[in-house]
Amino acid sequence: MNGGEARGAMLLTVLLALILTVLPLPATLALVRPMFLVLTVLYWSIASPRAGGIALGFFSGLMLDVFQSPVLGEHALALTTITFVAVREHQKIRSKPAFQQSLIVFAVLVAYEALLFFIDGWTHHPITSWQRWIHTVTGAILWAPVAALLNLTNDRRR
Amino acid sequence: MAFGTGASSARGGSPGFRFTLYAILSIVIMFLDQKGEYLEQVRYALSIAAQPIEMAVSSPSAAWRWMQESLATRDALKAENTRLITRNRELELRSMRYEALAHENDQLRGLQEALPPVAERWIVAEIVDIQLNGLRQRVLVNRGTRNGLFKGQAVLDDKGLIGQTTHVGPFSAEVILITDPEHAVPVQIDRTGLRTIAVGTGDTASLALPYLPANADVKAGDVLTTSGLGGVFPAGYPVGRVVEVHRDAVQPLAQVRAEPFATMNTDREVMLVWFREGHPAAPVSLNGGDAKTGNANMQSQPVPPRKAPPPAAPATAPAAPSPGDAAATPAQPKPPTPKPAKPAPEPKDDAEEGPPSEEDIPPKPEPKPGTTQPSPPKGDAPQASSQRAAPARSARAPAATPAPRQQ
Repeated sequence: MNGGEARGAMLLTVLLALILTVLPLPATLALVRPMFLVLTVLYWSIASPRAGGIALGFFSGLMLDVFQSPVLGEHALALTTITFVAVREHQKIRSKPAFQQSLIVFAVLVAYEALLFFIDGWTHHPITSWQRWIHTVTGAILWAPVAALLNLTNDRRR
Repeated sequence: MAFGTGASSARGGSPGFRFTLYAILSIVIMFLDQKGEYLEQVRYALSIAAQPIEMAVSSPSAAWRWMQESLATRDALKAENTRLITRNRELELRSMRYEALAHENDQLRGLQEALPPVAERWIVAEIVDIQLNGLRQRVLVNRGTRNGLFKGQAVLDDKGLIGQTTHVGPFSAEVILITDPEHAVPVQIDRTGLRTIAVGTGDTASLALPYLPANADVKAGDVLTTSGLGGVFPAGYPVGRVVEVHRDAVQPLAQVRAEPFATMNTDREVMLVWFREGHPAAPVSLNGGDAKTGNANMQSQPVPPRKAPPPAAPATAPAAPSPGDAAATPAQPKPPTPKPAKPAPEPKDDAEEGPPSEEDIPPKPEPKPGTTQPSPPKGDAPQASSQRAAPARSARAPAATPAPRQQ
């Protein structure tokens, strides 16, 4: 078992992904920027569900909330939910070819954004612009490279 | 599959159990955060934890800036220096004129001695993180409670109003920009003194003025300044310029678009300002009034004596429109409308259009209860409607209380 090493790499990459997610960018770039943190958490949930698991989703979401959410707990709930799905289905997802994985990731990201959308509505901070959905597409497109990059840090998958 | 989940249950229960646990936890957090101020401390602690990340996030731009500065040539520095000297001279000249005007204004308003400027002190903060994507217009600045910041503090740049703080951590604060779709600023049209609300559109280059009646006296080029209502921003600070007025014969309200003066998408530094309490131009009751419970001062505003002479303005509630408007902006002295005949017909127009605009406001999101006023006398209809709209839309403003003192 190299759970310890996997966990170290995991925390490092998650931190990097958080920085990438909140890094100030020009408006147009920021609009199409995928949620790197969500992709990374998804990757770890699928690749080694025991290293992080649902706790990883929850705490990453909480950090994201601190940076860019009107309500604490919003991203935490959404990330917890998709992490749960990813952890439960990790073997099915893992066995799929890259293209199908991207499609699955797209669906998961849409579910994630939909959760945020509803929570925003319930908490009276609604954003109805279609632009909020852009990152689901770019996230799905970038899933393969991101996963390949993260594979390098993950000894077990190499 | 079954084996996989069984093995992972070795640490702290099955995924299903842990999911339920964390989901309930997040929902509780959301509920508490939404309900009230229970979680300010948690947010505070979390923002301490986030501090290193914020530093890391701001480091690329800081490094870039440092490189630019250290690589700047002598010529460029010299050119900048001469430019700054010229600008400084220009500003000094202007401020000389300002002193004279301020003094004259004080005299005209019957005040014994000149007032100090409304801004008591300010600090410069650097922008660390930006969310300018049409969805939320927020920025994070690198000053916090350590520097004395508080929630609902006005934020300016060198050209105009930028926004106000929403969450303040120990080392950083979140600023909601005036162009955020959830933000509204009580403003005044400088030329006419007409008060209204400027609502963010989600675009850094535009503000909307959705509550102006179709026949309101507004045209492209009009300058908007803060009106001092709402309890956050002091009166008289420049907000933006009207760029487009669209009147539709079927619509009771004009569609007016304004451009903010502040250059929010290029700013690197902003100013956070403390205002002198008790100054006529200061935002009223920074922490006293509460939009939710309503303000006693505001509720039972007595109907003002119609013949109230202008010098008595500081004491009375809504005075006659034209002196009231002039009095509301002492920070930026402007002569009241040049022709004495002009103010009279103007408010009348607005008074006729007052009721429709009031009727149109309630369907807007979350009208706050407790801000209703006794039905105002005719001449004050435009004022009253804007006072009422101020708390209704600016849900973020902590203390939305129109000034009973100066109006």
